[in-house]
Amino acid sequence: MSNPSSAERSTAPASPLLTVKQLRVDLPIAKGTLHAVRGIDFHVERGEMLCLVGESGCGKSMTSLALMGLLPRKAQVNADCLNFDGVDLLTVSERERSNLRGARMAMIFQEPMTALNPAYTLGNQLCEALRRHQRVSRKAAHDRALYLLERVGISAAEERMRQYPHQLSGGLRQRVMIAMALMCEPDLIIADEPTTALDVTIQAQILHLLRDLQQEFGTAVIFITHDLGVVARIADRVAVMYAGEVIETASAQSLFQAPSHPYTQGLLRCIPTPGKTLPGSRLQAIPGVVPNLVEKVDGCAFCNRCDQADALCHTTPPLQTVADRHLSRCHFAHQLSNPAQLNTQEVTL
Amino acid sequence: MNSAVSSRTPLALELCGLSKTFKLGGGMLHKSQTLTAVNNVSLRVPRGQVMGLVGESGCGKSTLAKILLGLTPPSAGDVLINGKAIVNANQKALARHIQPIFQDPYSSLNPRQRIAQIVGLPLRIHAIGTPKEQAAKVDEMLELVGLPKRAAQQYPGQMSGGQRQRVAIARALIMRPDLVICDEPTSALDVSVQAQILNLLLDLKEEFGLTYLFISHDLAVVEHLADRLAVMYLGRIVEEGTREQIFTSPRHPYTQALLASALTPEPGLGVPDIGLGAGQPDPTQPPSGCAFHPRCPMAQPECAQQAPSLSAIAQSTAPGTSQGTYQDNPARVACHFA
Repeated sequence: MSNPSSAERSTAPASPLLTVKQLRVDLPIAKGTLHAVRGIDFHVERGEMLCLVGESGCGKSMTSLALMGLLPRKAQVNADCLNFDGVDLLTVSERERSNLRGARMAMIFQEPMTALNPAYTLGNQLCEALRRHQRVSRKAAHDRALYLLERVGISAAEERMRQYPHQLSGGLRQRVMIAMALMCEPDLIIADEPTTALDVTIQAQILHLLRDLQQEFGTAVIFITHDLGVVARIADRVAVMYAGEVIETASAQSLFQAPSHPYTQGLLRCIPTPGKTLPGSRLQAIPGVVPNLVEKVDGCAFCNRCDQADALCHTTPPLQTVADRHLSRCHFAHQLSNPAQLNTQEVTL
Repeated sequence: MNSAVSSRTPLALELCGLSKTFKLGGGMLHKSQTLTAVNNVSLRVPRGQVMGLVGESGCGKSTLAKILLGLTPPSAGDVLINGKAIVNANQKALARHIQPIFQDPYSSLNPRQRIAQIVGLPLRIHAIGTPKEQAAKVDEMLELVGLPKRAAQQYPGQMSGGQRQRVAIARALIMRPDLVICDEPTSALDVSVQAQILNLLLDLKEEFGLTYLFISHDLAVVEHLADRLAVMYLGRIVEEGTREQIFTSPRHPYTQALLASALTPEPGLGVPDIGLGAGQPDPTQPPSGCAFHPRCPMAQPECAQQAPSLSAIAQSTAPGTSQGTYQDNPARVACHFA
């Protein structure tokens, strides 16, 4: 197994926990092949919170399932590099894969009711994760589960351990999912829209908790969401996805201050923001709809919705560096990242 | 038309002490429980305004909407639309004045009917115009909501979520109702599409002089759209006032917590620790006194004993950024310490 990322690793200050290069996911469907993920690159550093943000159908969930090895058998996963801490996820055997899953990389799903087994007690499910991967006694597993339930803010944890998922509210179930993900102290947690099904007050609590625990345990998190408000508040770095591609990556600070892709700019403009948008005024919507990913997409995938597109946009734009660790897949990224030009452009819109 | 109401600020909608209780379970071994989904709600919505209704899931927002649409009868209280009680009104007459737009455009449109049939159905039910006139009206409506002409012959399955929500809006407005109940109309849509639909709703409100009851959990959207805002908690309204009053000086601790937990896209602020404790209590066994007291950071012993009433806030404390036409509709809050 040759490791294609070794060259890259030597140049990076410390090797990233996860390196993804040119990941492609193709799903055979009735009408042909759905190119759900079309060659994406990103990496996750140890202990960092990376947000994958994008609208429905942009490939963010497919990316996470590909990393976890949970895609349906029919799906085709190709990549130049899919390296998790020295393990090549493309060639790893199913057995090794299941040793990784839950132990070193764990997942938190959107809907905890469907992710938890309704027929087993919570204690049972929490301990199972640990006892599957580590030689620990029943007692030790029980103690660890109890400790984590308390850490995620569940009162009367001993009693909860004997309860079934349906006896808990949505917020509590999601706390249990977080505790379960932490059972084996994984290096990476993939959280796929973990707060989308929750009320805003509960969402704030869960995000607060996730951020605290992530920093305390030094766990890297890939946080998948469509909510830019959530991204702004929790992300260290952000990768914006559109039509199966990563179109912009940057630190959260840099992305929100100087968005350098027309899609990211459009997304930020079209959400009502107190203090920025006048109540009752027209929002600057992005016209049109996302391209159909069954057909081949030529050039920039966003060009049919972009108000700045010209002939050049029918050729595939390269990923360009606009600032330190800030990349944008747009031919005009450099002009766009210049805040002065951004202002004049907003006036003319 | 009913627009000849002589009051100074005509009300499109008035709720007086509205309650709805459900009996749950009950059988040989179990005692039945009573769930009070809507508890003594009084609300006045002036014509041409957008009344936002916010609260956590299970607080009774959607039950309230169902009562207004005549889909379920209230257990107590009155609903007045344009000053007329709807309690004994027949469903068909009611449907001319009030129409819904639902959250999920995937399940609210019949997948086996063409768009023209879906949008034209209200006209056929009410036998308005000849088939030719009906078809013309449908075309006009589709154009108004920004759908191409060919959409009329398509099925919902051929459309995107945003287009479907436009169809739902066209269907709701073809009867030219006075009042539209928007129950989370953009929650199922992507943000870029959400903006298109919000713009459309605002345009149509201007065009037809509509009144909206806008139910949402997204405070940014509500702040953008609503003129007034009511906050519900466990079936009761805990605070009500103009947008400025609620967003700039919220009085109820629950409103304050709700606003604090809304995450705006501003990096560096982090996630606020709102200290609300666990989720909503079991609505079949609501807490004594103020229903919010077990989660309230400012709760005092008396909060557990006595339920605060929803009473008006003195006008002087609310700075007059609004036009000041609300003397008969002051801000209200239900808290002992507001």
